[in-house]
Amino acid sequence: MPVLIAFSAAFVFGMGLSVAGLTDPAKILAFLDVTGAWYPGPLVVLGLGVVFYGVVNRLVTRRARPFAANAWSLPARSAIDPRLVSGAVLFGVGWGLAGYCPGPALTGLAYGKVETLWFVLAMVAGGALRQVTSRGVKPARSRPSPAASSR
Amino acid sequence: MTWLTQSVVGGLLLAVSATAFLALSGRILGVSGILFGLLKPMRGDTAWRVAFVLGLVAAGLVARAVIPGVDDFVVATPLPRLILAGLLVGYGTRLGSGCTSGHGICGVARLSPRSLVATAVFLATGIVTVLVMKHGLGG
Repeated sequence: MPVLIAFSAAFVFGMGLSVAGLTDPAKILAFLDVTGAWYPGPLVVLGLGVVFYGVVNRLVTRRARPFAANAWSLPARSAIDPRLVSGAVLFGVGWGLAGYCPGPALTGLAYGKVETLWFVLAMVAGGALRQVTSRGVKPARSRPSPAASSR
Repeated sequence: MTWLTQSVVGGLLLAVSATAFLALSGRILGVSGILFGLLKPMRGDTAWRVAFVLGLVAAGLVARAVIPGVDDFVVATPLPRLILAGLLVGYGTRLGSGCTSGHGICGVARLSPRSLVATAVFLATGIVTVLVMKHGLGG
């Protein structure tokens, strides 16, 4: 069940990214180019996503459990710490350099462009580097034991 | 489709998938978190993550087949910059515990102070980076 849910959600999400054209990094760069020929598309996407998600989140997280799992796996941390901010800065720079972030890059792998593959490989390497250099650091969220999710 | 129509339709698909994922699995649809969880594999926690990544790629394949022109673009960023960008995005999303989906959509929608701050910071930084590249370093 978790596999089916994850695959389906990702599939629809990836279709959404593609339909909205967000898998073309030039569109993201144009969105970030606020002083130039600004492309507002991602703002509409973000706005719709946030409003819709906000409403559903409010309704659904009142439940004791999700519909297909035994427990909620929501972020545990609430403090705004230096890691959060510096991480966001580094991510923002990377995003502004190429116009790619994880979702569109992974979805865009399917388009067969070698540039996208380079980005994804570098992204995985960057994440792995952080992983390796953060040994002993408390994780941001407690990972529930597999027993917490239904089979 | 006009840019507005494709943004609205795309946005709704993102919204539906992210909320369904939350309601069903109880998890945030944060791509970086889901992907990088694979770097620390835990029994029972790997298959759904792999399925998620495959779902994104599958969507790309289908999109390529049904949306005319979706892959009709060039990634103009020169390779060294592209690689640097990837390293920064990978490292930064791990350090900052999220990206545009996890923080930008889910976290902001939940009014999470961490996500509100992270999103404002990476948006601002992204904008400044593009500005600097346009006028200073790259053109």
